[in-house]
Amino acid sequence: MPTTQENWNPGKAQDRHPEVSYEEKEKLFLEVKNDPRYEDFLYGCYECGICVSTCPSARFYDYSPRVIAQAMAREDIERVYDIISEDIWNCAQCFSCLRCPRGNNPGGLVTLLREVAVKNGLQETKDVLQGYSRVIYKVMLKGNQVSPDMLQPDFFPDWGPWVGEFSKNMPVWRKAIPVDTLRGVTDAAWKTNRKTLLELYTIWFETGNMDIIKEIDEGLHDLLADVMQEELEEG
Amino acid sequence: MTTTVEEILERKSHAVIRDAQVAPTHDIREALFELEAKGEIIVQRVPENHVEVTTKYGRTKKIPIDHTWHHKSCGQCGHIPGYTSSIFWLHRQFNLDYLDPTDQTSCTGWNYYASATSNAAAQAAVMSRNFAAAHETGYFPMIHCGTSYGHYKEIREQLVHHKELRDEVRRILDKMGKPLVIPEELVHYSEWVHVMRGKFAEKQTVDMSMITATVHPACHYYKIVAEDAIYDPEIYGGQRTATVTATLEALGIDVADYSTWFDCCGFGFRHVLVQRDFTRSFSVLRKIETMKNEVNPDLTVTHDTGCVTTLDKSQFAAKAHDRKVGIPVLSDAQVAALAMGAHPFRVVQFHWHSTDWRPFLDKLGINWQKYWDEFQGDLDAIRAGTKSGITWEDADKPVVY
Repeated sequence: MPTTQENWNPGKAQDRHPEVSYEEKEKLFLEVKNDPRYEDFLYGCYECGICVSTCPSARFYDYSPRVIAQAMAREDIERVYDIISEDIWNCAQCFSCLRCPRGNNPGGLVTLLREVAVKNGLQETKDVLQGYSRVIYKVMLKGNQVSPDMLQPDFFPDWGPWVGEFSKNMPVWRKAIPVDTLRGVTDAAWKTNRKTLLELYTIWFETGNMDIIKEIDEGLHDLLADVMQEELEEG
Repeated sequence: MTTTVEEILERKSHAVIRDAQVAPTHDIREALFELEAKGEIIVQRVPENHVEVTTKYGRTKKIPIDHTWHHKSCGQCGHIPGYTSSIFWLHRQFNLDYLDPTDQTSCTGWNYYASATSNAAAQAAVMSRNFAAAHETGYFPMIHCGTSYGHYKEIREQLVHHKELRDEVRRILDKMGKPLVIPEELVHYSEWVHVMRGKFAEKQTVDMSMITATVHPACHYYKIVAEDAIYDPEIYGGQRTATVTATLEALGIDVADYSTWFDCCGFGFRHVLVQRDFTRSFSVLRKIETMKNEVNPDLTVTHDTGCVTTLDKSQFAAKAHDRKVGIPVLSDAQVAALAMGAHPFRVVQFHWHSTDWRPFLDKLGINWQKYWDEFQGDLDAIRAGTKSGITWEDADKPVVY
């Protein structure tokens, strides 16, 4: 389409996702903007680029925290949709971008965008998180993000032959740790008592966290919900 | 008012001013005490036995010495257990009273930063449940993980600023019979290591003066809610956080500077688990190789879970590509414990680390093979069923190298 005075739209992105309606894209944008934390994360952008210069992801991906701050501030609905459907998963969440002289928090904006992407079950988000389900299962059920038994050669082949050693010797090596809450524990990072785990499950249900999981992975949700509900009923 | 590039550069060119009166941020503790006065929260006070330090803008922060409730780290306990055991071993060398609780969960922040499969209320409730559990014991929380520390600082800000969030968290805690508790200070273990460094040096038995180390300051320690990190005019002129560097210097280690000190390690939260091409590349190209080219240190030291893991584990694959790698990676707590004679395997647990640590121990004059053989004897006894495991009784006594 030729650019005319009528359709000239400086700085706004073209519609790269015609399969999604403008109304749907605007709804997602407003969900981010209406989050109570939003006003603490974006104050305006000079385009100084300090956030980009400190950003690890900007070095390896077509990714820019400055563009995210700019697109949000300019309410560029189409560009924000590009970002929410793809860019956000490149962020390393190191928060180096907090160096922003205006006090912006582009990493925080990414967190809000990710939350909205997950909550709305965007297909691109489901794809990105497909290999991640077992970690979610672990952290929600055991209260630990990682456990010793996750150190398997097929999961970490690039960490070298030592991973095989960890895996092979796991039961005995874990007994050879003097810390009482770690000794002998292989399926969690440390021993957590049952009452505490039940309290954690209560948090997941009461805060709507289980509904979020359902949106992103129904099978995982059903598995977690069955185990947790049974435990809570017994508990 | 329009801000010019010159004005930005002018503002950024100033050194950090260490004067609490002109700090550019509010003092969150004042807000906590106001909320307590209104009956909204309980503020758990720092125990009497504490040391005062100064933070980025010159405010005072209290670091407890003992009577601490140890908020452990998933990655440390799960994959680098010598990190956790070294922190406890250091406490035990000074007979300091501490609690290693079983009523603690992860902050779940790693998952939140990786997948966002949670929300603000859940994250705040997880933090508050842990703090309420600590408060029930009377012990004060000491947070082992840099991400938990940074995440909790951020949640503390959110709880202070958003009444709706406080109300929601209180509703959930009510179901558990727990009050909403926020500690007077959020304390990272490396701050305790920092204030104890002189005591460690007094008990040091291993000369480390021949060691050159680089320091990787952990992003979530000093970038998130930046004003809460320890700064000291004696270290980097007060322009970078003093934690870790001051500890290493107290132990006689030569800390060498390198150009990419501000860069993150490349952990990435989601990336380190399911997209490690980014993690490996960043860690090696921006951190390890830069250190190697500019300084060629014997060791690099950091103070967070993800940083130790990323910097250590990323080096193997890079070696296959003939990159300049081969720097062993330890936490400040492990270095301090080793300096005081902690057993390299029963306590520091070097066998969970991947990058070759043997040259470092050789340089210190530690006959690691002898202690490895001793540790193998422990493992044989465990396998044979004549020993249930290694306990503090086996590990407490320092080794005389």
